[in-house]
Parts: sequence; structure tokens; C-alpha cells
Amino acid sequence: MSAAATGLPEGWGMVIGLEVHCELATETKLFCCCPNSFGDQPNANTCPTCLGLPGSLPVLNERAVELAMRVGRALACDVRRSVFARKNYFYPDQPKVYQVSQYDLPTNEHGHLDLPSGLRVGITRAHIEEDTGKLTHVGGGGRIHDASHSLVDYNRAGVPLVEIVSEADMRSSDQAREYVAELRSILLATGVSDAKMEEGSMRVDANVSVHREGEPWGTRCEIKNLNSLRSLGRAIDHEALRQIDLLDAGDTVRQETRHWDEASGRTGTLRVKEDADDYRYFPEPDLVPLEPSAEDIRRIDAALPVLPAARRAALAGAAGAPTIGAVAIAVERDLDTLALEAITAGADPARVLTHVEHNLAVEGAQRVSAAHLAALVQMETRGELTATQAKATLAEVVATGDDPAAIAKAKGYEAMGADALETLVDGVIAAHPGEWEQFRTGDDKAKGKLTGFFMGKVMQASKGQADGKAATALLRAKASA
Amino acid sequence: MPAGDGSEAALLAARRPLARPYDGPRMASLSRDEVAHVARLARLQLSEEQLDTFTPQLAAILEHAADVEALDLADVPATSHPYPLKNVWRPDVPRDAGIREAVLDQAPDAEAGMFRVPPVLGEAP
Amino acid sequence: MSPVDTARSTAAAVRAGERSARSVVEAHLGAIGERDGELHAFNLVTADAALAHADEIDAQVAAGHDPGPLAGVPIAVKDNLCTAGVPTTCSSKILDGWRPPYDATVVQRLRAAGAVSVGKTNLDEFAMGSSTENSAFGPTRNPHDTSRVPGGSSGGSAAAVAAGFAPLALGSDTGGSIRQPAAFCGIVGAKPTYGAVSRYGLVAFASSLDQIGPFATDVADAALLLEVISGHDPLDSTSIPKPPLSLSSTLQQGVEGLRVGVVKELLDAEGIHPDVASRTRAALEALEGAGAKIEEVSVPAVIYGLSAYYLIAPAEASSNLARYDGVRYGLRVDAPTTGEMYDRTRTAGFGAEVERRIMLGTYALSAGYYDAYYGKAQKVRTLIIRDFEAAYERCDVLLSPTAPTTAFELGAKADPLAMYLNDVCTIPSNLAGHPAISVPFGSGDDGLPVGVQIMAPAMGEATMFRVAAALEGARA
Ligand SMILES: [Zn+2]
Repeated sequence: MSAAATGLPEGWGMVIGLEVHCELATETKLFCCCPNSFGDQPNANTCPTCLGLPGSLPVLNERAVELAMRVGRALACDVRRSVFARKNYFYPDQPKVYQVSQYDLPTNEHGHLDLPSGLRVGITRAHIEEDTGKLTHVGGGGRIHDASHSLVDYNRAGVPLVEIVSEADMRSSDQAREYVAELRSILLATGVSDAKMEEGSMRVDANVSVHREGEPWGTRCEIKNLNSLRSLGRAIDHEALRQIDLLDAGDTVRQETRHWDEASGRTGTLRVKEDADDYRYFPEPDLVPLEPSAEDIRRIDAALPVLPAARRAALAGAAGAPTIGAVAIAVERDLDTLALEAITAGADPARVLTHVEHNLAVEGAQRVSAAHLAALVQMETRGELTATQAKATLAEVVATGDDPAAIAKAKGYEAMGADALETLVDGVIAAHPGEWEQFRTGDDKAKGKLTGFFMGKVMQASKGQADGKAATALLRAKASA
Repeated sequence: MPAGDGSEAALLAARRPLARPYDGPRMASLSRDEVAHVARLARLQLSEEQLDTFTPQLAAILEHAADVEALDLADVPATSHPYPLKNVWRPDVPRDAGIREAVLDQAPDAEAGMFRVPPVLGEAP
Repeated sequence: MSPVDTARSTAAAVRAGERSARSVVEAHLGAIGERDGELHAFNLVTADAALAHADEIDAQVAAGHDPGPLAGVPIAVKDNLCTAGVPTTCSSKILDGWRPPYDATVVQRLRAAGAVSVGKTNLDEFAMGSSTENSAFGPTRNPHDTSRVPGGSSGGSAAAVAAGFAPLALGSDTGGSIRQPAAFCGIVGAKPTYGAVSRYGLVAFASSLDQIGPFATDVADAALLLEVISGHDPLDSTSIPKPPLSLSSTLQQGVEGLRVGVVKELLDAEGIHPDVASRTRAALEALEGAGAKIEEVSVPAVIYGLSAYYLIAPAEASSNLARYDGVRYGLRVDAPTTGEMYDRTRTAGFGAEVERRIMLGTYALSAGYYDAYYGKAQKVRTLIIRDFEAAYERCDVLLSPTAPTTAFELGAKADPLAMYLNDVCTIPSNLAGHPAISVPFGSGDDGLPVGVQIMAPAMGEATMFRVAAALEGARA
């Protein structure tokens, strides 16, 4: 791997570890039968357990366990015996005044995630825990410090989460974004979560620290609740520069939790780490350990879909090496199967991936049949369609599902075969003997200049139906003949 | 005479050959500041007087636990559940508990179907 | 003490239509009215609801339906068990007036069996205590001598049964809170195997130790009540997935050939009052006379039980009682910020013993102390379980005093640690999760009842109750 471009001043580096909270796509909450749903009347989805009423007890949701283990296996983790623990702290969004989470014995440990760029990011753990309720601050413009009072809705309290903790393996905000994008695609592919960052069903906290190359890493700060890839990248870059400024000025970085303000483009102090962080974890006595059998794990593995990394590998293998970016995009758009089938049907891989990358970023692209895409690319390769015509034809294929040959014919994209093109080019040369002489005898620079002139004439004569690439190649061939 | 009066010290001495006999609360290793810190963690507002009372009482109890603290149990597994069970769960089927109104009616303060609290200074730890 | 019919005879008479549930309930409400002003066994007497329920049962009988094995039997319910719509206070100011929107599983099962709840009984606040003096609503007094405590924390339930207010009561036992008051009040009280009875709806004190259990005037009634409330409950993840206990059918099988061990560490100590020790030895002789084989066994790790218990129970309590924060239910003392509201509410709402245990538990779990205190105490549990297992290889049941002394005077144990020492014989069963029962066996020189404790391995209730019945028979 080449060193990541960090955008930091010369001689500085940053390191990033990410904690991603992701809501599991279950019907009910983690420990009670209340619906796990968003947008209902406040406190509609509550019961004695998720309100922490005296005497209530938790009973684990089997589906949540299944989904959490699925995440673990998709991230190549060891799925192991795990124990729930109570994390004790006072805050009104926490109905029991402790959060049931996992501490020293999480369900998933020691995995990794391979990114499209080739970077492998270690997964420290992916554990199961419950979400908190939601606080609304009233008065003072909704800001916490100026509010006259706050209101608590426990509909979200007890919603199942997995918290996926990465190793500090990323060295730039681009890598962090790539990691989150890849993780998100896995969560979607496995059906574990709807992973909507904007709606909060996927929330990212970033731990950032910096150093001068050759020196140990500095104190890290945690930036909480980043809710888009854009915010994630900007917040990390801003935070790294803030820390460098402090260190450059001879100050020290305080260990603290910070928040990102998208509007001002800055991070600000949320909370300095202090003694309230003594969470007094201990094993949750109201729940018993989870002990998946080897058979359970085999069953989960068998039910996993083909993951993005494997899909990328399959497509790249069929398409040839220098197409990594386009391959990643094809998988991201879920068009890799289409591309792979079109290539298998004999279409030129580069042209297929070009269409997938540039011309199929549209609604309904998944409906295009591989046979139609292959036929279109083959017409293009044979010179029967120009690039521009192929793009317009493909748009029609997406919209109508019709056969590309029929569309091209209807649009009047008459086949300009190789013979017709040559006749046309010969005519243009004959009409401009002076320019042709200069082109024929000139150096590369002169040829380059006059190519534009001749192409203009060719397009004019063909009413735009000539294939520019083929015409240029023909000109050069004739000049050196 | 009520049975058992004055027998606690003797009882303790008999039970704990490793600990010295219990002869009532005393000032011990636990400091008043530590007690005040613990009270803050537990969100209890102890008066100066209560701190004075609690400190020696808690110290005495912890001192009594000193024999447990002194045991070498490195190879002994912990028991968190006396009756070992595993993989206890329920199906993912929703059910309406139907207690919303009853709970909100009894809330110390409610507004718009939510629990109302005074201003919350600071984010969750 | 008013003479009391057993729950068995009452239920039989009601089921046969020989006696109305209303008359049964009225008689008991009459007894409560006469004497509970003096004893304060109840925080709340639900007379109207009880009579209405009794009428329902009579209607069922009249219609030819069987209301169940406890038809028309009045029962007193410890006030830390949730009762839908009926105040459940835990004898704490912090829950004063709170009406749960749901019933505890045991309360549902009682109702399904035809039992009639007559009210909620007093306890040490959140079940933390051994005398029922730590109640925000005042102490309960021992029916045998009102200058004495009834024991605790289920002192109200024990006093209610001993005073004839109800033939049955439910208590909860975290470190002896059923067995010690049963001993002090001269009745039968049992703590089942951890997980044998659902904790759903029991307001938690120490979750890995708490169990609900029966009080009764005799062993057979206690067995019947335990049969009704036991059995798997999907609402409690620690509930043992087995059908209800079957006890009554084997109760009278005697102890011929059973091996009964007396736990040396819990009998020979100087702290055990001589009267209590001699009654325990008399119980051994009685069982031997009934055909049991007697031997002395050692369970060495029990000497660490008290220390381990007073780390584990407060630690779990400190977490379980964090939810009383004034946000959702119960007491709130207003303040300008939520943080100050927490402090004021909790300080005003909890009594001194609860505060002390929350402090102790918070400390035992806090950073830097977990391994030395809570972690070590959990390992001591393992040692105690291993030592018990070794003893149960040689014995079917084990015997010890229930409490070191007979009932003491109100106010006699102002020092917390002195009070904690009362639990020394009962705590090991909670730490091990094993069942144990206290059976009255005579009295001390002071004329106050003495209880003998019979312990058994996990799910060994049937044998334990058999031995208890034999001991009860020998007493007569
Ligand atoms: Zn719920």
C-alpha cells in the first residue's frame, strides 16, 4: 500500500479508529416485545421492561442475536461465548439507569474488513447492546444548555444495536470514509440493518490522534455521532489539524469527547473525560450467557450472501486488472451481476464497466438485461454505434426494456460500417489537400492540432454518426501509409 | 435475657480465624473523601454528618471483607449465576403492552406524552 | 395467637362448598382489624378487593367450577411484589403510592390457584435488613412478644402468618429474609432453588440471590404454596425450564435411610446461642430417631459467606436501585437541573440502610476495586458451591440453625455489621443458589421460637420438604 494522502502538514500523520453503532432490523426490541419502529407517538412502544419499571426483567430477542452473529461472521470475526454486562451511569434517556451491553466477553471478536482500495482494517469487536431513549430539549432554541426543560421518549430505548469497533488502522479521512461505506454495504447486503446514517440507524464515532512521524501517537479525541460520510471526512480532517495546531503551539491535547458542527465546520468540546466515566461494569445477573455451537455458526455462515469483497474479486477477475474503481462502483450499485453476465456473453469488459460507471447511475438500471447490455456493447465495438449513440440507446433500454438494435434503428442510428466511414474520410481528405499535407508530414504536435480540424469535418459530413475514435485511427493509418 | 445479646463479637471471632475480632465501628483505611466520591457516583447528597457516620461504618464492613480480599483465587472461576443456563431467548414477535397511559398518569411530570425533566446539563457520559 | 385452619383444610372446605370464601376472608380481615394496629404486619390491607375476589370464588364454586388448589385461602403478599393497580412500596418513600401496571408472575399464579390476597406486608426497605425496622412506614412487631422484632426483611409476612392474619404469605429471600423471620415468628419459611420461582415482578434487591418463597404455619401448606408458584416462566431468563415442583405427594415418606449432615461451621461457633445450638442438636436426634443417618460435615468455605454476600448483594443493589431517579415514577424532589433532582430525590427517598448498601456496592464495583471485592466475592461463591457439592456426596440434606439467636428487641442492633451477622447461617444457600427451609423446633429459655434450617442441593426441594415434615412431626 502506498502511503495515504492525509492532507496534513509535512511530517505529520494521523491515525483513526471508528466505532459504528448500527440498529438491527428486528421486529421487536432487544429485551422486550415492544415494536422496534421509528416515528410512532412518543412512548407508544414501551412496556415495564423498556421503561425500567421496578420488578421488570429482560428476555433476549433471538433474532437480534442471529443478526449480530451474522454481522460478526460477515466481518470474519470469531463468534464466541458472550456475557451481557451492565454499564451504570445516570442520564434520563436511560430507563434503568444502566445500559445492558457487553464488556469483557463480546459476541464477536478479532475480525477484519477488506476495503476496495486493498486496505485491511482490523475489527476489534462487534458487540450487542441496547439503544437509549430520545431527549428533546425545550426552549433555548433546542440547545441543551439553554433549555428550560427536556422531554424523554423511550420508544428507542431498548432497540437492539451492534457496536462495531475497528482497530486504529486508518491513516486518512478517505480511508475512514471508505471503511464506513464498505461496512454499510455489508450491513445492507446481510440484511442486518437499513443502515441509514441520516436517520440515525447507523451512527459513527471517530477516534482521532496525530503524531510527528517517528514519534508516538498523541492523546486521542473522540468525535461523536457523525451522520454522513461527508461529515465524517470533514470532522476527521478538522480534528487532526486542530490537534496539530495545539501541539505546534506547545499545548497538549486533552482526552475528551467532541462533537462535529456541520454548519461551522468545526469540532467542539462535548465532555471532558472525568470520574463519571466509572461505569462500574459487572455481569448482568438477569441474563444468561450466549454460547453458540459450531453448528449455529455453520448455519449462519451458510445463510450469508456473497459479500462485496468477493463480488468485486469475481468481477475484477472477469474484467482484468486496471478497473478497480469501476468494479467497486459496479458492486456498490448492485450492477456487478449484470456486468459479469454481459462480459461472459462476450461484451468488451472496458466498455461494459464504462457504461456501468457513467451511464447506469440511474433508477431502473438493475432491470437492464445482460443480453441487452452485451448486444449494445457489441454494436459499439463493431462501430455500428458511436459512444454518444450508445449512451442514448442505453438510456432508452433502461426506460423501455426494448432491444437496443431496435432502438438504434428507430433513432436513425444507421450503421456506419467501416467501408462507409473510409469513403467519408477519403472525401474529407480530398476536399482539404493543404491541411492533409501538413497533417501527413507534421510532427505529433501538428498532427494533434489538425486532428481536431479533420474530425470536425468528418462529423459535419456524417451528421454526427461517425465513430470519432475509429475515424481518428483511420486518419493516422492513412497518413503513415 | 434475650438470647444472643452481646454475642456478635464472639460470633465473628469464631467465624473468621483470619480476621481480628469485631469490636464495633472504627476509623479505617477508607477515607472520608472516598466516601464522598462514592456518594457522588451513586447520586446521593450526604450531609457532613452522614459522611461522618458512614465512613467508619463502611470501613468496618470492608475490613470485615478483608479475608475475602486476601484469598488467592486466581484459578477459581467466578459464579455469576447460581444455576447455570445458557442461550435463553424469545421469538421476535411484537406485542403491545398497553401500559402507556397508566405509566404517564403516574409520572412525576409529563408533557406531550413524554416524561418531563428539569434542564439536563451536559451530554450522556 | 388465634388458631388457624391450614390452607389445605380451608381450600378443601371452599372447593367442596362447605365454607364460603367470603366467610374465610371476613374472619381473617377481622383478625387483622383486631391486632394489626399493634403489629403493623401490613402496609396495606386490600379488604374490598379481597371480599370481591372471595365472592368471585364463591360464584365459581356455585357454578360448579373449581377455583383451584388454594380456593378462598387468604394470603399476605410482601410489598416488594408487583400487584397491578395496587400500591407496591417496598416500604420506601421513593415508591410511596406507586401502582404497578402489571402483576408479578407469582401473583398471577396465586390468583389462578384461587388464593385471595388480603394485602401487602411490611418489610425492611427494599428488603435490606433482618428486623423489619428499616421500613419507611415503621417497624413490624413480633406476635410472640411485641417488644421483639419479627426478623426480616419479610417480617410483615412472617408476622401476618404467625398472628393468624392469613394462613399463607409470600416473602422474598436474598440472604435469609424468609427463613430468619420464619424462625423468629415460629412458622415455616422456605427459600427455593434459585430459578425455581419466577422473579418477574419482584422488585430487585440483588438479582443473582433473590428468590420468592412461601410462609405457612406448617410444612405441608408451605409445600402446597411453593407448588403453586414454582415452574418455568418465560418472562424470567434465569427461570429453570422445568415444570412446577412436586412436593406434597412425597411429603410423608419419612426419613428412613436418608443421610442428614450437620454443618460443623454453622453449629459449633461461639456466636450461636446455646439454646439455639441445643435445639439444633435436638432436631438431629429427632431425625435420627425417625430413621435418618446423622453425621457431622464440614463446608469450610461458608466462613467466607458473610463477607462475600455483603459485597455481592450491595453491588447488585447499587445498580438495581439506580433507576429510582425521579424521572419516570415514584418520588421526585424538584430542582433546577436534572442532576440536582437526582441527588435530592434519592437522598430524600432512601433510608439510611439503603443508602449505606448503595454506597458499599458502588464502592465494590468502582474502578480499581472490582477485582478485589466483587470479582473475588463471585469466586468465593464458586468455593462455597464446591464445598456444598462435596458435602452432598455424603449427605442428602444438611442441617444448621436458621439464625444465631431468637428474636431480639427492637433497637437492639443499631450497628449495621452486628445486624448483618444475623444472616450468617442463611447466606450460604443464597450464594450457592440452593434451597433451604426453616422449621420451628421448640423454643429457647426466653420462650421464643427457635428455627432449624434444612438445606438441600439445587432442585432438591422434594427431599428437603420430606425431612422438614419429619422434623415437624417429631416436634409434636
Ligand atoms: Zn418494551
